[in-house]
Amino acid sequence: MLNPSAPTSSTASRAEHAVAQDEGGASVAIAPQTAGISLRSVTKRYGSVLAIKQINLEIAAGSYCCLLGPSGCGKTTTLRMIAGHETITSGEIWIGNSRVNALPPAKRNTAMVFQNYALFPHKTVRQNIDFGLKMRRISPRERAQRVDEMLDIVGLKEFAQRKPDKLSGGQQQRVALARALVTRPQVLLLDEPLSALDENLRVKTRGELRKLQRQFGMTFIQVTHAQDEAFSLSDQIVVMDHGQVDQVGTPQTIFNQPASKFVAQFIGDNNIFSGTVVQVDPGEKGAMIQLDVAGLGRFRCTGQAANVGMAAAFCVRADQMTLHSPGHSEIKDDNASSNQVSARITAVEFTGYVTRVSLMLEATGQEILYKALTQDWGAHQLQEGQLIPLSWRVNDSIFLSH
Amino acid sequence: MRNRPLSFYFLAAFFGLFLLFLYGPLITIFILSLQGPDGALTFPVRSFGFHWLGQVFQEQRVGNFVEPFQRSLLLGLGVMGLAILVSVPAAIAFRNRFRGSRIIFYLTIASLIVPSVLVSLGIGVMFQVLGWETNWFSSGLGAHLTWTVPFAFLIMIGVFNRFNPSYEEAARDLGASDFTTFYEIVLPLIAPSLVGVGILGFTLSYDEFTRTSLISGQDNTLPLEIFGMTTNVTSPALYALGTLTTVFSFAMIGAAFWGYQFFAKRQRE
Repeated sequence: MLNPSAPTSSTASRAEHAVAQDEGGASVAIAPQTAGISLRSVTKRYGSVLAIKQINLEIAAGSYCCLLGPSGCGKTTTLRMIAGHETITSGEIWIGNSRVNALPPAKRNTAMVFQNYALFPHKTVRQNIDFGLKMRRISPRERAQRVDEMLDIVGLKEFAQRKPDKLSGGQQQRVALARALVTRPQVLLLDEPLSALDENLRVKTRGELRKLQRQFGMTFIQVTHAQDEAFSLSDQIVVMDHGQVDQVGTPQTIFNQPASKFVAQFIGDNNIFSGTVVQVDPGEKGAMIQLDVAGLGRFRCTGQAANVGMAAAFCVRADQMTLHSPGHSEIKDDNASSNQVSARITAVEFTGYVTRVSLMLEATGQEILYKALTQDWGAHQLQEGQLIPLSWRVNDSIFLSH
Repeated sequence: MRNRPLSFYFLAAFFGLFLLFLYGPLITIFILSLQGPDGALTFPVRSFGFHWLGQVFQEQRVGNFVEPFQRSLLLGLGVMGLAILVSVPAAIAFRNRFRGSRIIFYLTIASLIVPSVLVSLGIGVMFQVLGWETNWFSSGLGAHLTWTVPFAFLIMIGVFNRFNPSYEEAARDLGASDFTTFYEIVLPLIAPSLVGVGILGFTLSYDEFTRTSLISGQDNTLPLEIFGMTTNVTSPALYALGTLTTVFSFAMIGAAFWGYQFFAKRQRE
C-alpha cells in the first residue's frame, strides 16, 4: 500500500542539498528534516483548573514518541500545546533551536493529524492535501507535483477526486497523514490516529505509520491511550497521569520497570502489593528492599533507593509468577530469592493463546492475576476454588516508591 | 396486518384531527377561490372556475395587489440578506465567552418576547420624535429586523454549537489566515444552514403584520393590503389572493429545500 521508493529519493536529495550548503559555508537557512522538542516547566491552567503541572520533557529529533495515559491525563493538551493550538500558561516550548511559545501553529514547522482527521468534507482528497501548499503560496506546478507524490506514497491516486465521505476509515486516515506530511514538517503530531479504525486495520496501519516515520525521518509525537500501540511504535514512551509525567523510557523499560503504582497499573496485568519499607540493603545493581505488607508478612523486592518506614509498594507481572501444586506449601530453600503467597482460584478465563487466572489471597482478600500460556495451564489440572501457593523471584518484584 | 396497540389508533385519530385543524382553513379558502363568476364568500359552491384568480390581477376598486406584493418581496429579500449578514458574525462572536456576552444575549432575545404592537408603536414614536417619515423600507424594515435577526441569531448559535472546531484548527495548522479559514472552510460548511436562516427570515418578513401595522407609512405591504381588503372586498377575489400567496409561499419553501439540497450535495460528493 505504501510505496517507499518515491519519497526516499526526494528526501535524500534534499538532505544532500542541506549538507552541501553547510559545507560551502553558505548561511542560507534550509529547514532541517527534523527537530527535537523540549518542554521546560510547561504549565497549563484553565481558570482554576491546573491541567498540566510543570512538565519537563525532552524528545529526540527523528524519534517516535508516544504520549500514553488514560483520558483526561493531559496528553492531548500537551500535544496541542506543542502544535500551538493551545497557549501555555507558563514555561517554554522549544522546537529545534527556536522557542515557539508565541508562534502560530503554521510557523512551528509542525503538522498535526487530528483525531477523527478533520478532513474538509467539502473538498476532494486532492484539494485537502493541496490546502497546506496553497496556503504557503507555493507555485501551482510544484503544488501539483508534491500532491501527486504524496498521493503515490499513501496509495490513493485513484481516489484523488473523491470527497472524504466516500472513503473508508483507513483511506481517510491516509489522506489526513498525506495532508500533514505534504508540508514537510520537522515534527508530525498525531492525536489518536488509530482510534477510529477497527482492530485488524489498526495493527496494519501501525506498521505503516512506523514505516512512514523511518522513511521521512522526522520526529513523530503520538497521543494514545493504548499501551500496545505505544509499545509497538515508540522509541520513547511518556506515561502521563493527572497532568504530570509519571515515567519516560523505552517500551522495554516501561514494561519491565514501571516507576510508579500508576504506571504498573496502567500497563496492566501487574499485581501490586502496598506496604511499609522495613529494611534497605544497598547493593551493586541497586537496593534489596524489604516491605512489610499487612496480613501477608515480609517481601523482598529490587529498587534503587528507599527509606525505612516509608509507605511504598512493589509489583509483580502476572506472567512472572510460578504456580505450585496444592500440597506444596513449603518452599523453604528458595526463601532468600523468592516470595510466596497462597491464593484461591476464583475464575479461569480462556483468551486463546493465554489463559488468565483470577485468584484471591487467603490472608487479605486481595485479588491477584496469574497469566499462563494456555498449553502450560492445561498441564496443571487445577480447578476453581482450589487453594494453591504462588511464588515469584525477588528480581521480578519491582519496588514502587509512589 | 400488524397488530397495533389501541393507543396507536387513538393517537392516529388525534393526529388526523390536528392536521385537519391545521390545513382545514387553508383548504377551505383554496376551494372557495376556485369558483365561477357566480361565486360568493360562503359555501355552497355553485360552479368551479379560475375566474377569481384572474380577477386578482385586475385593478380592484379597493386596492391593488401587485405593488404590495412587490414591496413585500423586496422587503423579504432585504430582511433575509441582513438577517444572515448580522446573525453569522454575531453567532461567531458568541462561540467564545466574552465580558457581557450573557447580557447581550438576553437583550437580543428579549426583542422576541416584547409584544409586537409595542415594538411597532415604539418605532413609530421614535421616528416621529426624530422627525423622520415612516416607510415600509425604513421603519418597516427595522421592525422586521427586530423579529428576524434574533431568530436567525438563535439558529446560527445552534449551528455553531454543532460545528466541529477541529476543521478550523486543521486549516490554521496548514497555514490559513482567519479570513481564509472562514471563507474556505467555515462558509461552505454552514452554507446549507444559511439557506435555512434565509428562508426563515424571508417568510417571517413576508407575512409579518403586527410589527408593520403602525409604521408602514404611505404604502402597504402585502399582509396589510390583504387585511384592508377583508373589510372592503366582498368577492371571492380575496380568497383567490389568499390561494396565490400561499402557492407563492410553498414555492419559496420548495426553492429553499432545493437550495439546501444543492449545497449539502456539493459538500458530500
